[in-house]
Amino acid sequence: MSAMSHEHDNHSHDHHEHHHKDTFITKYIFSIDHKMIAKQYLITGIVMGLIGVGMSLLFRMQLAWPEESFKIFSFFLGEKHAPDGVMTNETYLALVTIHGTIMVFFVLTAGLSGTFSNLLIPLQIGARDMASGFMNMISYWLFFLSSVIMVISLFVESGPASAGWTIYPPLSALPQAISGSGLGMTLWLVSMAIFIASSLMGSLNYIVTVLNLRTKGMSMTRLPLTVWAFFITAVIGVISFPVLLSAALLLIMDRSFGTSFFLSDIYLAGEVLNYQGGSPVLFEHLFWFLGHPEVYIVLLPALGITSEVIATNSRKPIFGYRAMIMSILAIAFLSTIVWGHHMFVSGMNPFLGSVFTFTTLLIAIPSAVKAFNYITTLWKGNLQMNPGMLFSIGLVSTFITGGLTGIILGDSTLDINVHDTYFVVAHFHLVMGISALYGMFAGIYHWYPRMFGRMLNKNLGYIHFWVTAICAYGVFFPMHFLGMAGLPRRYYTNTNFPLFDDLANINVVVTLFALIGGAFQLVFLWNFFHSMFFGKKAPQNPWRSNTLEWTAPVEHIHGNWPGELPEVHRWPYDYSKPGHEEDFVPQNVPMLPGEEVLHH
Amino acid sequence: MTGFLVLIVLVLISVAIWQLVKIFDLTQIGVKPEDNLQIATDNDNKVNGYLMFAFLGFIYVFMLFSMIKWGPVVLGKPASLHGPEYDNLMTISMVLIFTVQIITQALLHYFAFKYTGKQGQKAVYFADNNKLELIWSSIPAIVLAVLIFYGLYNWSDIMFFDEKKDDPIVIELYAKQFSWEARYSGKDNVLGKANVRFIEGPNSVGVDLSDPNAQDDFVVSELHLPKDRRVIFKIRSQDVLHSAFMPHFRAQMNCVPGMVTQFSFIPTVTTADMRNDEAIKKKVDNINKIREAKSALLAKEGKPALDSYTFDYLLLCNKICGASHYNMQMKIVVDSKEDFNKWLAEKSSATVAVAVKNDAKEKAASSEEKSTSVKDSSASKVDSTVVAETPAVK
Repeated sequence: MSAMSHEHDNHSHDHHEHHHKDTFITKYIFSIDHKMIAKQYLITGIVMGLIGVGMSLLFRMQLAWPEESFKIFSFFLGEKHAPDGVMTNETYLALVTIHGTIMVFFVLTAGLSGTFSNLLIPLQIGARDMASGFMNMISYWLFFLSSVIMVISLFVESGPASAGWTIYPPLSALPQAISGSGLGMTLWLVSMAIFIASSLMGSLNYIVTVLNLRTKGMSMTRLPLTVWAFFITAVIGVISFPVLLSAALLLIMDRSFGTSFFLSDIYLAGEVLNYQGGSPVLFEHLFWFLGHPEVYIVLLPALGITSEVIATNSRKPIFGYRAMIMSILAIAFLSTIVWGHHMFVSGMNPFLGSVFTFTTLLIAIPSAVKAFNYITTLWKGNLQMNPGMLFSIGLVSTFITGGLTGIILGDSTLDINVHDTYFVVAHFHLVMGISALYGMFAGIYHWYPRMFGRMLNKNLGYIHFWVTAICAYGVFFPMHFLGMAGLPRRYYTNTNFPLFDDLANINVVVTLFALIGGAFQLVFLWNFFHSMFFGKKAPQNPWRSNTLEWTAPVEHIHGNWPGELPEVHRWPYDYSKPGHEEDFVPQNVPMLPGEEVLHH
Repeated sequence: MTGFLVLIVLVLISVAIWQLVKIFDLTQIGVKPEDNLQIATDNDNKVNGYLMFAFLGFIYVFMLFSMIKWGPVVLGKPASLHGPEYDNLMTISMVLIFTVQIITQALLHYFAFKYTGKQGQKAVYFADNNKLELIWSSIPAIVLAVLIFYGLYNWSDIMFFDEKKDDPIVIELYAKQFSWEARYSGKDNVLGKANVRFIEGPNSVGVDLSDPNAQDDFVVSELHLPKDRRVIFKIRSQDVLHSAFMPHFRAQMNCVPGMVTQFSFIPTVTTADMRNDEAIKKKVDNINKIREAKSALLAKEGKPALDSYTFDYLLLCNKICGASHYNMQMKIVVDSKEDFNKWLAEKSSATVAVAVKNDAKEKAASSEEKSTSVKDSSASKVDSTVVAETPAVK
């Protein structure tokens, strides 16, 4: 992508046959090949991730040493946002807002789903490509456009959106309330609207591909759990993203055309504003109708990847394949009826709070099933500790730690006093942020050979994992105590409250872990880009895996398989099956005479 | 200085990574190509298995360390009637999740250590077991059912309170960027109607003075609450979303423009009593030590020292509301009933109605003095009263 101008003038669009010779542009830029689009998603996601994580390190430094001046603040943020190296309060809010937006949507939705759904769905179900390669390409380029707009919004005069990633109106609707709600917010909304269009195109493509393009023998109950997870994720996305789009459109109407969907009775900057009859609570409902399923849009692909990586590296069938599918379905269903647990103290009818408490705590059951199934898969396995496997085990660990505090936050009573405190920050960063990030790393380490035809350096992978694992707990575990002490999130500094003075040293510990953990992501970056060119050449099936993607040639070709598509004869988890010489039996190997199906 | 240190740390870490990469490159010289596949070997499995076990130790030690070191920073004893129930439910949930956390993390990391792979070894083919699935879906279901019922019992206790019982007093919490005000309903214990369209001069919370119930309403900027009486908060916002967070009372409710939200509790510990609480004393002493140390540093730079801290209940804003969100607070004082009544008697003469009347008189007097030349300001005020004639909120 760095050499966009290269060969600009000697390409042609004339040939559309299957095995035509690609020009640079059709191969690397406007590619309709799902494998290339997956790489484009991944690299864009990594770049956005760098921005998002970098921002968090900056505001963590502000939180740990609130009265200090840092040269790097002025360097990264400019003199306007950090005069003499001291971050301004509006800049702090802008950073947390954009950090949340980028990490949730651009990294863990598009970067994760976009990469692995694109790479794995066709390869694992035995399809030549996505149902619509063209729509797939449009989907990526819309995502790219929305990323560019989001990055541009960082540079506007009045500052980027600063109303929190949840952009609750009236704060997000009125530039008088905070300057980031001017042009910055407009760009945020435009960027997200384009992002949603991209996400919907991608999701529809995934759904249609999984339903229609499975190869011979690949029934739904022979799909790898990755594909199940991506499929259900896409369904959730199609159900919930349009609701955010409508909320964004209504907000644009309120901001620019004088409507009052979300605004009423506002007196700001010395005058009564001409809005009447709207309600911000309506926006909260619309936002969280996407916002909560979004958690699972982020998490399910990570869990799907973990299922596959843990089974392969344990050399054992994933435990409870059908229970895993059932729990994915249950989570998907419940995820659409729990959004109100973000709004227990929003002023909505307390009776609704009771209902949402009930549905929310129900989600703990399928989640527990998943966690126990992962642990049982390890039991009496023959564990191959590849970096992908380490990240998968790490995911199960943080998923449990973060998920358990959900029992407290999902309880409307207990939520009263920890709502919007650092307890929440700790909870969702562990259960969805870190877990999904681990899932993404596991996927990258596991399928890097499939993507780039080369291996990642395993020792660097080990260093990356162990430092990240320690730092992740070091950052987020102490935050629970900040929350229990009543410290609200999104405070620029807590020095105005002597009550919180004894929390200063916790903030320093958290920030130190964050800085070290952040710095060690450079190990990953180096490994990623260095191995792309100088890595060890990958063998055909490095992890001795059963799924179909490892039967396709290492060199990427259009249509994935040179001759006939592979035919599927068994489920994907015949690892260490009695009666077989090898400890794995790929899906395209026919059943031996007299061989029985041993799973249910 | 700290900035410089951080920069040095970052530089050193980058150098360390670079050196590590070089070392690994060097160790790979002389390794046979077939052993250099970048796939985990038996040795890798063993080393990482041990590390998994060590990591379990790290999690446990870190949890224990945090609880001992940082456990005392939590809020301390609750100051409202429903508070102990809240804390009880919290304790039960905490004990439960810690138990589950300790067991599951142990299983996960122990298995990762115990069953590390060796070449030529085969895993056990164990694909599913419905009995096990049933066990680990029904046990959480039962435990959660208990938690849900206990939680909902408390929830309805807190949210669906009896508005007549416990000698209730109605107080309005009024939020705006970036401060709080409280409106007391006066002798009639009924708040007058209000809307932001009535905001003008001393009528800072927009009381509708044509409402007979509004005549005795008065507004203060320090919240006083009576011990052992039910306080019913009617909560409004002037501009954007805020959240009225009173952590010591285990109380929180959002402030929504265009809407009146509500929360209620019964304060049980006066400010004076809370200051004498042992845990709070300890916490305050610790905070003062920290502040003294900071003051010493400030003194070196020639800056004024920090005040010493005495405990007070606080109302904080807990919903992002703008640039100065981090400094939107109001002091809460819980008085004994007698002290509260004394305070009430002191304040209740300064009603909004009186303040507005006085203000109008002053204005009239000054405009007579200056005669005709000051049309501009009064003209704009006429406009705003025209708007104010159509308030839509009850």
